[in-house]
Amino acid sequence: MELFGLSLVLLGVFVGFGLLVGILFGFFGMGGSFLVTPALLVMGYPSTVAVGSGLAFVFGTSVIGALRHRDHGQVDYKLAAIMIVAMTLGIEAGKNVVFVLDATGAADLVISAAYVGLLGVVGLFTLRDARTNDDSDGGDGAAGGDLADRVRSIHLPPMVTLRDGGRVSAVVVVAVGVAVGVLSGFLGVGGGFLLMPAMIYGLGVPAAIAVGTDILQITVSGAFGAFTYARAGSIALPVVGALLTGSALGARVGAGATQFVDDEEIKGYFAAMLLAGSLAVAAKELGAAYGIPAFTAASTALIFGSAFVVSAAILLVAVCELRADRRTRWCRVVLP
Amino acid sequence: MFGLETLSGSAEAAATVGVVFVEALALYVGYGAITGAVGSAVVRAVGGE
Repeated sequence: MELFGLSLVLLGVFVGFGLLVGILFGFFGMGGSFLVTPALLVMGYPSTVAVGSGLAFVFGTSVIGALRHRDHGQVDYKLAAIMIVAMTLGIEAGKNVVFVLDATGAADLVISAAYVGLLGVVGLFTLRDARTNDDSDGGDGAAGGDLADRVRSIHLPPMVTLRDGGRVSAVVVVAVGVAVGVLSGFLGVGGGFLLMPAMIYGLGVPAAIAVGTDILQITVSGAFGAFTYARAGSIALPVVGALLTGSALGARVGAGATQFVDDEEIKGYFAAMLLAGSLAVAAKELGAAYGIPAFTAASTALIFGSAFVVSAAILLVAVCELRADRRTRWCRVVLP
Repeated sequence: MFGLETLSGSAEAAATVGVVFVEALALYVGYGAITGAVGSAVVRAVGGE
């Protein structure tokens, strides 16, 4: 039996995977789109559809995120407007690169290679972050402050006055926006993992304003990205719908778990999952290139399995903390 | 799919974005209502109370 052109089993798989992705996104506040495009690539969707559907998913989740933050979100509208224009240009450029690569038959390989690198690098940074926090509580706010001071000292007109009264070159803001937009249009990610540190540490935007501004930017640019890929017929709408159905619920569960679970306890798992995602995409490409079905099977198991394990770890730690239980075997496995 | 194929080009693309937007709104409202109704009971049950 089929619904919206997908078998019920596949529909269930996407809703379930969306649930896992939502738990991760709700808990860590990032990573929502990191896994969707790679998962679609691993499942054999063409790279244009995987990226386009990833962007549509990003748009849907950011709409929900914007609604959740609407009461306490502080937004720097001037910064957001400049960033949105720059990101839109970047997304269009990134999309054009994808379609040029698609015409030459190299899109799957190049986008997969980019994901192997991206997930690998972000995974290693997250792992380092987790290990550093284990070793000491030392903050790096001073370094971020220094960088923001240096960026704000660049007097390349026109200058923009930010909401906190600081001034920054519009050229720098546009450059950051275009760079994030290209990545977004090329890989189908929201770019929040780059925008947030760029705004806080690079431009010196206060964290509360950065969060609200980030959500507004990703919502509008995500809508544009989804529109531009939809115009090329590269969005699998039933897949996006099923993923969103699961992730909207998962995000509530993940956000709820933050009340009981210290994310430092789980960060190591999250890093391992990103590294597993990187391996999965590499295994899929190797399996396809050399005709090794075992590699393709392993890639599917890695990407879905790692998302399941990390989401389960979050829920298990939450349950153990809720019950004040650190002695049960499962609680001893997941708690330090 | 969803009757969108009867539209053409940009109209179909805008409708696709619109469907995602409406679904996101519906999920936010729907899950919000469910969470409000049974959320604390679920947390109590999971916590063993």
